[in-house]
Amino acid sequence: MAWQRKILRVNLTNGTCTPEPLNMEWAQDYLGQRGLATKYFCEEVDAKVDPLSPENKLIYATGPLTGTMASTGARYSVITKGPLTGAIACSNSGGYFGAELRFAGWDMIIFEGKSAQPVYLHIENGKTELLPADEIWGRSVWDTEAILKKKHQDPMIRVSSVGRAGEAQVLFAAIVNDLHRAAGRSGVGAVMGSKNLKAIAVRGTLGVGTIRNPAGFMQATVAAKKVLANHPVTGQGLPKFGTQVLMNVINEMGALPTRNHRDVQFEKAGRISAEAMHEPRPTDGKPNLVTNQACFGCTIACGRISKIDETHYTVLNRPEYWGASGGLEYEAAWALGAATGVGDLEALTFANFICNEDGIDPISFGATVGAAMELYDLGLIKEADVGFPLTFGSAEVLTRLAELTARGEGFGKEIGLGSKRLCAKHGRPELSMSVKGQEFPAYDSRGIQGMGLAYATSNRGACHLRGYTVASEVFGIPVKTDPLVTEGKPGLVKAFQDATAVFDSSGLCVFTTFAWTLADLQPQLAAACEGDWSMEKLALLGERIWNLERQFNNAAGFTGKDDNLPQRLMTEPAKTGPAKGLVSGLDKMLPEYYELRGWSKDGVPTPATLQRLGLPA
Amino acid sequence: MTTQAGVRVALKLYASLADYLPAPARRAHRLDLELPAGTTIADVIGQQGLPPAMCHLVLVNGVFVPPGERAVRALVAGDELAIWPPIGGG
Repeated sequence: MAWQRKILRVNLTNGTCTPEPLNMEWAQDYLGQRGLATKYFCEEVDAKVDPLSPENKLIYATGPLTGTMASTGARYSVITKGPLTGAIACSNSGGYFGAELRFAGWDMIIFEGKSAQPVYLHIENGKTELLPADEIWGRSVWDTEAILKKKHQDPMIRVSSVGRAGEAQVLFAAIVNDLHRAAGRSGVGAVMGSKNLKAIAVRGTLGVGTIRNPAGFMQATVAAKKVLANHPVTGQGLPKFGTQVLMNVINEMGALPTRNHRDVQFEKAGRISAEAMHEPRPTDGKPNLVTNQACFGCTIACGRISKIDETHYTVLNRPEYWGASGGLEYEAAWALGAATGVGDLEALTFANFICNEDGIDPISFGATVGAAMELYDLGLIKEADVGFPLTFGSAEVLTRLAELTARGEGFGKEIGLGSKRLCAKHGRPELSMSVKGQEFPAYDSRGIQGMGLAYATSNRGACHLRGYTVASEVFGIPVKTDPLVTEGKPGLVKAFQDATAVFDSSGLCVFTTFAWTLADLQPQLAAACEGDWSMEKLALLGERIWNLERQFNNAAGFTGKDDNLPQRLMTEPAKTGPAKGLVSGLDKMLPEYYELRGWSKDGVPTPATLQRLGLPA
Repeated sequence: MTTQAGVRVALKLYASLADYLPAPARRAHRLDLELPAGTTIADVIGQQGLPPAMCHLVLVNGVFVPPGERAVRALVAGDELAIWPPIGGG
């Protein structure tokens, strides 16, 4: 079976926790996690809902392989309507919380309404209760976890919570579990904060004893783990250097967005790279990187654990930041660094710690700071508006804004609106480097053309994790394609988007796809889950989920016109590097993409497409 | 018989390949080389003792050079040859 067949419905308005059977018919069509929770969400929530109103819902969802012995079976997702974008939001996190939720016997939690007072949800297997959050409201994610473990006298409790940013409804607030793993994007933390829901503390001791064919599952997972271990990327590259190895690669390729995408190469990229994290510092002789770390059940272990130089200005006389904690991943290092022009590795690490401590998305935060710095550079934001100059490249500005934004204070409130609203407020909406209101990650679509289409069509706004064509255009996985051309990219983007939707719905990590294809996932699902899990069914499943998300967005008011990129990427050619002279060729790719998807010229799924996928018109 | 002038190029090695650089060059991940004209990418890989199987991502001036071209692509003055082992990220 694999599913626990049980969801928990929490009505925050009434203060009730009600178990319900999982809809197994839907599980056959949407698998779990991203797909299944999106189905529930679309069935229960009006697409026009105000994301920060009690009528919006927030779903915590695991996949059927979460908490099992499958490698990377750590994942859970948070599905809601995102306040940053107004689109469907689905943010995925690792760590240990998702597995613990499954061990307690739950597939999913649906939060609805709004509590009159701050509360948290305590789960101990089948016992569920909403408790007052007086002791933790106003506290950071880090404090919240420590307080709840002490209060419940159980160090094994896993906590997923919002920090002060979520409470302040910063529009890109994250939900953080296990101190530094996050459902980071689209502002899911703001929705949680809007409901006066501070945290979920869960302890599960039941395990996942619902595997359809345990012996077959063991065989399938062992085989799949061997594939990961023997692949040079998942077996060696990611454990040692993490995702941060990309900093020098993407810079060399001239696709590293720099200073709000004014440039495509950052002169200080080497100083904030994976290699730099390994180098002993001149001050204390120790490297920034302490070790790598794995999430539950993961045999890759790409996570970074870092320690800041105790003599660095950010932590001088602040011993609370001297411990080892979640270090820089590539996207965070890019946003906090290249996007703002800051080349101080220790300052970026500190800003990253703050993002984890109080729950904000470092991508949207760093990119919004970059936009604010450009507005300041153009004289549209004045020093008097902020209290200090927003100079590109200033580490002090970055770290100060991180603390202000994470706590919803001072000019941090403006940064907390995200770049779209900030740039519109100052009369230059085109300077927001975003799609559907969500800021770009770390690849310039002038230098990696497929990513322009992936960003423009991503259902949750600009995102690299919805269709990571970088794998093909840069790494050569599964085949090498030329990053500078548009030919063939619509099909590539669609294939990545559909396959990713399946992985995101399984409970496993999309990073396995550097070594695996759906053919490696399929035997694990088939052994674990009842029903038909053929390759054909999985291919259809991914496409169905993608179209369901699209239908929600269309119903929310989005149209094909929103499948767009900022003017800068379409009209200002890259200044240096291999893409010098190029702009994004989105206009060449989008019509073919719509055709491949079976959508109208306006980006609407046709009745025939919906019928083929089993979706209601 | 005329002697062709040498060409100056930069070799940049990253991730675990940085260990193949001389110690003083490791921090910058860069070694300036003076090569005889006509030296190919594969020649440099061989001369520096780099395991060919580890030379996965090979860029010249930021542009990928497929494996089949590395033995015939001669480097020219000012070229920047950057090499990574198999990598992934995101």
